[in-house]
Amino acid sequence: MTAATTESALVRWCLIAAALAFMGLFLVLPLASVFAEALAKGWAAYGREMVTPDALAAIRLTLLAAAIAVPLNLVFGIAAAWAIAKFSFPGRNLLITLIDLPFAVSPVISGMIYVLLFGTQGWLGPWLEAHDITIIFAVPGIVLATIFVTFPFVARELIPLMEAQGTEDEEAAVVLGATGWQAFWRVTLPNIRWGVLYGVILCNARAMGEFGAVSVVSGHIRGVTNTMPLHVEILYNEYNFVGAFAVASLLALLALVTLVAKTLVEWRLQR
Amino acid sequence: MRRQKSALPGFGLALGFTLTYLGLVVLLPLSTIFARSAGLGWGAFWETVTSPRVLASYRLSFMASFVAAAVNSVFGVLVAWVLVRYKFPGRRLMDALVDLPFALPTAVAGIALTTLYAPTGWMGSRLAPLGIQVAYAPLGVMLALTFIGLPFVVRTVQPVLQDMEADIEEAAASLGASRGQIFLKVLLPMLGPAILTGFALAFARAIGEYGSVVFISGNMPMKTEIAPLLIMTKLEQFDYAGATGIAVVMLVASFALLLAINVLQWLGRRQAAG
Repeated sequence: MTAATTESALVRWCLIAAALAFMGLFLVLPLASVFAEALAKGWAAYGREMVTPDALAAIRLTLLAAAIAVPLNLVFGIAAAWAIAKFSFPGRNLLITLIDLPFAVSPVISGMIYVLLFGTQGWLGPWLEAHDITIIFAVPGIVLATIFVTFPFVARELIPLMEAQGTEDEEAAVVLGATGWQAFWRVTLPNIRWGVLYGVILCNARAMGEFGAVSVVSGHIRGVTNTMPLHVEILYNEYNFVGAFAVASLLALLALVTLVAKTLVEWRLQR
Repeated sequence: MRRQKSALPGFGLALGFTLTYLGLVVLLPLSTIFARSAGLGWGAFWETVTSPRVLASYRLSFMASFVAAAVNSVFGVLVAWVLVRYKFPGRRLMDALVDLPFALPTAVAGIALTTLYAPTGWMGSRLAPLGIQVAYAPLGVMLALTFIGLPFVVRTVQPVLQDMEADIEEAAASLGASRGQIFLKVLLPMLGPAILTGFALAFARAIGEYGSVVFISGNMPMKTEIAPLLIMTKLEQFDYAGATGIAVVMLVASFALLLAINVLQWLGRRQAAG
């Protein structure tokens, strides 16, 4: 870049300093405060709060919800990307917009729709009650809300990637006698594996961290329907700040691991 | 238009599964809101969404979201500019950190910001003598919404800046334009669609946001109560009609924004192509 198309060193460093100050104030400071508050009363107190039965139950439920939601949305994402990227059909763009819908819906509304559907006053409420099935204020509701909010993640990563890769590789495989499944497993999947991983990382982070949607359907029963973010809320509202920030620090660590993994995969994708 | 691309199998299975899953997980549950509100009747619906407390919550949600998105537009362009144009130690780390608000659970961001900016907190105790109250005031809502909207403008502007050719700037400079003039008259108009898209994405996200706001806002009716929180309150009181009414207005606003974003992105692509 020539002198005419860049700024003087002074302007450059002022802009860099301003950007760093903004990021420091809005991102680094809150992140650092999570760990500072968690350790405010020392490592022993931190460790104690982490292994209370309620905290452990919350961790288990969060892992369970993610373990169901992520694979389901992964399968959906691959199927949707296969149909949308490898074929053209009327309504294709509408379908892409519809897949993105959950991102446009407030988390609170995402939870609420399941209450309207499955709650005691909901459409299917009386039927569920007659058959002794509970969804709302129970684990199935939490899993459903998690599936909804993480719905688009894998699909929206894979659609542009598979579109860019075209169909020649698979067509060659089919012409050489491969079945559709063989072409998919041996040709498509190796081509998109980093994109799949990228989508799964983002999907998982949201699944484990979702708060608003699961808050509506959970009913906040300690040790039973509390996920980690909900447990953080309860401890915080009880003024147990070390406990709240201890569990929060686990979620913050998850966020940092997510960022590192995401950055590594991005480098892979760019090569 | 017929499906032309294809000697490949699996279209029926993939599309069938996609539509079924989309219908069951997204469309059917979402339709319950509109069905419920239709059952409400126009009069009851209107009464719900125009009650003073609901109007106050809309005003706060939209105003705070607008301010947060505007702040992010200015600083988002700055951060994107610095990341693309300058080399400095820690640039890669800064680039990765931009996505923190996407990765950090909103409840964690909420309690961290509240603790920092409460009157007794690390930042709050420094701002209190200046007469600035952040936590438990509308300013706190804006702060939280700025945090969660931060990545949007950066991530929409960054690729456009990266793809920009230097020759336009060189031409402007050779014609005697200063750096400031080049930025305002050449670069900024080219970045326009990307900035607007980022603004709209951040705004749309902020309107619906719940987790990061409920802790810091203090949740006083008429003063610091955002619309999603009011939905939550009505649901807890089993006032499903009221909650549905508020939700319908928010959904319509969100869908209108989604449409606007799609149009903006289409405009951006057209500009990039032409």
